[in-house]
Amino acid sequence: MSRLRIPKPDVAQATMNNLYADLDRRVAAGPQGNCPVDLTSAFLKLCLAQSCGKCTPCRVGLDQLSVILDRILEGNAEPDDLFVLRETAQVIADSADCAIGFEAANLVLHGLNAFQDDYLAHIRQGHCTADFQAVPCMERCPAHVDIPGYIALVGEGRCADAVRLIRKDNPFPSVCGLICEHPCEAHCRRNIIDDAINIRGVKRYAVEHAGTVPAPQCAPDTGKTVAVIGGGPAGLTAAYFLRLMGHDVTVFEARDQLGGMLRFGIPLYRLPDEQLDADINCILSTGVKVKMNVNIGKDIPFAQLRREFDRVYISNGAHSGKKLGIPGEDANGVYSAVQLLRDMGDGKAPDFTGKRVLVVGGGNVAMDVVRTSVRLGASAVYCFYRRRRQDMTAQPEEIEGAIAEGCEVETLRAPVRIETDENNNVTALIVQPQIVGDYSNGRPLPRNADEPEQRYEGDVVIVAIGQAIESAPFEEDGVPTKRGVLLAEETGVIPGMPDVYAGGDCVSGPATVIRAIQAGKVAAGNIDESFGMHHEITVDFEVPHATHHFRTACGRSNMRERDAGDRKQDFTLMEEGLSDNEVAQECSKCLRCDHYGFGAFKGGRTKKW
Amino acid sequence: MVTLTIDKKKVTIPKEWTILEAARSLGINIPTLCYFKDLNEIGGCRVCMVEVEGRDRLCAACNTYVEEGMVVHTNSERARKARKINVELILAQHDCHCPSCVRSGNCALQRLANDMNIFSFPYEKKARYIQWDKSYPLIRENTKCIKCMRCVSTCEKIQNMGVWDVEGVGARTTVGVRDGLSIQDARCALCGQCITHCPVGALRERDDTEEVFRYISDPDIITVMQIAPAVRAAWGESLGLSKEQATEKRMAAAFRALGVDYVFDTNFAADLTIMEEGSELLERLKDPNAYQWPMFTSCCPGWVRFLKLEFPQLVPQLSTAKSPQQMFGAVAKTYFAQKIGADPAKLRVISVMPCTAKKYECAVEAVNDAGAGRDVDVVLTTREVDRMIRAAHINPSALPEEDFDSPLGSGTGAAVIFGATGGVMEAALRSAYFLLTGGNPPVNHFQQVRGIHDGWNEAVFPIPGGQISVAVASGLGNARKLCQAIVSGRVHYDFVEVMACPGGCAGGGGQPIHEGQELAEPRGRLLYQLDVNNPIRFSHENPDVQTLYAEFLEKPLGERSHKLLHTHQQDWNL
Repeated sequence: MSRLRIPKPDVAQATMNNLYADLDRRVAAGPQGNCPVDLTSAFLKLCLAQSCGKCTPCRVGLDQLSVILDRILEGNAEPDDLFVLRETAQVIADSADCAIGFEAANLVLHGLNAFQDDYLAHIRQGHCTADFQAVPCMERCPAHVDIPGYIALVGEGRCADAVRLIRKDNPFPSVCGLICEHPCEAHCRRNIIDDAINIRGVKRYAVEHAGTVPAPQCAPDTGKTVAVIGGGPAGLTAAYFLRLMGHDVTVFEARDQLGGMLRFGIPLYRLPDEQLDADINCILSTGVKVKMNVNIGKDIPFAQLRREFDRVYISNGAHSGKKLGIPGEDANGVYSAVQLLRDMGDGKAPDFTGKRVLVVGGGNVAMDVVRTSVRLGASAVYCFYRRRRQDMTAQPEEIEGAIAEGCEVETLRAPVRIETDENNNVTALIVQPQIVGDYSNGRPLPRNADEPEQRYEGDVVIVAIGQAIESAPFEEDGVPTKRGVLLAEETGVIPGMPDVYAGGDCVSGPATVIRAIQAGKVAAGNIDESFGMHHEITVDFEVPHATHHFRTACGRSNMRERDAGDRKQDFTLMEEGLSDNEVAQECSKCLRCDHYGFGAFKGGRTKKW
Repeated sequence: MVTLTIDKKKVTIPKEWTILEAARSLGINIPTLCYFKDLNEIGGCRVCMVEVEGRDRLCAACNTYVEEGMVVHTNSERARKARKINVELILAQHDCHCPSCVRSGNCALQRLANDMNIFSFPYEKKARYIQWDKSYPLIRENTKCIKCMRCVSTCEKIQNMGVWDVEGVGARTTVGVRDGLSIQDARCALCGQCITHCPVGALRERDDTEEVFRYISDPDIITVMQIAPAVRAAWGESLGLSKEQATEKRMAAAFRALGVDYVFDTNFAADLTIMEEGSELLERLKDPNAYQWPMFTSCCPGWVRFLKLEFPQLVPQLSTAKSPQQMFGAVAKTYFAQKIGADPAKLRVISVMPCTAKKYECAVEAVNDAGAGRDVDVVLTTREVDRMIRAAHINPSALPEEDFDSPLGSGTGAAVIFGATGGVMEAALRSAYFLLTGGNPPVNHFQQVRGIHDGWNEAVFPIPGGQISVAVASGLGNARKLCQAIVSGRVHYDFVEVMACPGGCAGGGGQPIHEGQELAEPRGRLLYQLDVNNPIRFSHENPDVQTLYAEFLEKPLGERSHKLLHTHQQDWNL
């Protein structure tokens, strides 16, 4: 008789583990517009199935919560069901013996607060307010680009039409093919089978294989004038669509080049000038007028602009760097990330040869600065962040890329002060080690660890902890603001100023390019509407029929980057596009949610807006 | 063009076709349920599943496009099983009380289940009951709804009203009135197109047949029936009559056999409408600056409701002439009651209409002017009167033809075409021409206004001293486009006819239902043939209408006409 055993993997358990993995992907790719009460009920049943059954609250309580939820869902709610639900869930949360029980109850409690309207709709009207959204990628794209449409076009080799279709909603296909954060991919229904389609990869391929695609014809002139303040993605998007609608648009740009953060925020190795200029030239080809080196508020008063134009769109971005507020921040050699990247955009690269660069921050901008510093010849680059790697807001591939290029990522390190020499030059950054603690707003808060301060020697400190908005000139003229951001309504209009619209980073705070494009599109549509006009933006061809596609699990093709040792030597584009074969395979995997599923009935395609 | 093989038969067809269309071109009838050509091709019911060689999953024939070299099996074990089980699953959400359903014998689901040899099934019944106001002209029974979504598509795509919408998600997904509203608040025009596109009995009109049977059997009550023009083009369809058997005169005989005392014809009132509305148009044309243009026809209550709901600013432009149904009621309870020496309060006017909105119209407070309760007491759809004929075990094919009663039983060829889109316009123009010139135009002079059009149809006709520009639209989606064009000033017309149902009353929401077919066009052709067959082609030549004016009304737009035959639609309750 043996005392101990090494159990062989059991087929049932292995299959169960696979099912958990499948469910993980399914939950992560959850469609938008499901009934939250129904999902709560389903999650609760899963929790109950995980219960060992020892304790009353979990064994009986979760089951009774499920009975009440089903009653509500069937439209047969008893008058005090919501009360009993809350009381019972609270008791389970308080008295269950282990996490299986108390966290299940918390799931119900969180929902009772967050989905109160849905609960009440079920109880009062017998059904939910949920509104199923047919095409997850399109719904998740802030600009609602017709993604299944252009994937189908690329699949047929019609790259120029794909670019036209993208431009229907987004005049920056070239830029977005390289740097969009692709929120579309997160909820791609293909995730349920295997993995998201590489949507950005397909877009980049379309642009690179389309040749020069001219902008569509503008509508006849309307005689209406619009001033756009700021030539970044939001402003240029608004300008493009307004011009297509036949309005007379003038962009006022404070600097001597257009592009905003695309040029002065994103390093060339991610977005080369050539690609940015391709989009901008197309936008300008519609007849958008541009006034460079004009700073509204300084060179021309905002009020004057309002008098001279029928509508004004403010999209001046978020271009001032936030400060750490620690001693030594005014030393020579301390930069803000915004300042460094702006200098890069202006072609005034500083020389970091042989210097030790210390970067503070954990977002994408911090990674841009880190990787730029490497390319500027720094002998060592450190990145300090006060939380952990997984808490950094930078995309994981950006962090990995930076590390591969030789950067040291020092996590759980909070900056305390900057040391200087007698000439006020940076000599070192002092950091306080941190320990990660309780969660707040979904992220763990760091606090000082019981360890001594550490000293990192360096010549340059770059602060990359966020950007602020220059809202003062507009604030003075009565545009409402809150903590520096302009307060525009969801339509883009400024309350109380029917002729003034605003959008982009100056309203949302620093955000992604596709959200700026969304803001520009929304403003353009609503400004047109405010003129009492209904110009439609559309394309003059049909999207190919949905045909045979692969529904069996198949791996996703990812973009590759040039070797770290090679790419860190220069500022040329580091990412390599997908091959013909890879793109063909990605396109053939698209589930065509515009044609199959709910899209066949409603919400499959918006042909115009 | 692509070539594919379906059930071992090769076929070469355009690549835009679906497998379903390809199979049908070969005479292979793949069963369908939610599918309605060009309207609802959503692949929802999963009944039309077929097996395509080389594909890992079955395909819905209705929304899978053909491809070169495709090999399709419509009847493989896998396809057959999927079809059958999916129908069984649909039955699990359907109440299946077929014997007591108005659609029994004319139900796509019943037929499918029968065809598939389903005589028992393993699933739990989960047909959820949802309350509905049974006194409303339009009734929906959730326990019968199979979520094919045709009503949603019809209301959205054809009528552009969006009354119906998907409600809920997951297992509880069903159809409901949009935004959780009650049907009364949902801006429904009551056209009934959702009913005629429903494959099962989930949508129907309020059944008023028992009320009519009660009147018929009450010896103190005189029942007066009027039959709308379009009814004669369709009444025999669900009674199994051939076109040759289903004549107007046999219809009169069949309806009389129900026991009503007088069988009259709404055509009479249609001629009367032309006299009033035509005169009103000429009156307005005399002083064009005093009116907003165009003048709109007012005979379709679905259209009137639509205008009141969607373009209230245009309501004053409706002709004040009542619809033929209401003119008939007003005349029956005054002139006719006097003529037979009866107390109008003892008369019950029963309309047979191709329409569900007429049930609303007769209940509008402001249309009752005869002083004896409602001018029209009850409205039956063509479907209801057919059900009454069956309930009374009348065999119409065995009945000899009979005439309508006199004097409200005569109608001209101009009146019968009221039942087809453009008919009111054409009839009005025929008589307006006479009123202006003193002579009749060639009878086909205005036939340019005929036909079913996407958008609307327009024409310009010369008249003494100028020209008259007219437009005709049918279907509320088209009506909306036309109204928008008028409101925005993009188009200018003098006279506009609108009917809420596509193709006009012939395709009305109260007409017999034929799965998957739109019959407005062939029924309309029948009406135009009746026009040709009629010896009198002009409303102003209807001798009984002439007598009515001579004996009672005096003249069009006269004092009595104003009181009895005109209304202000602004005052109508909704």
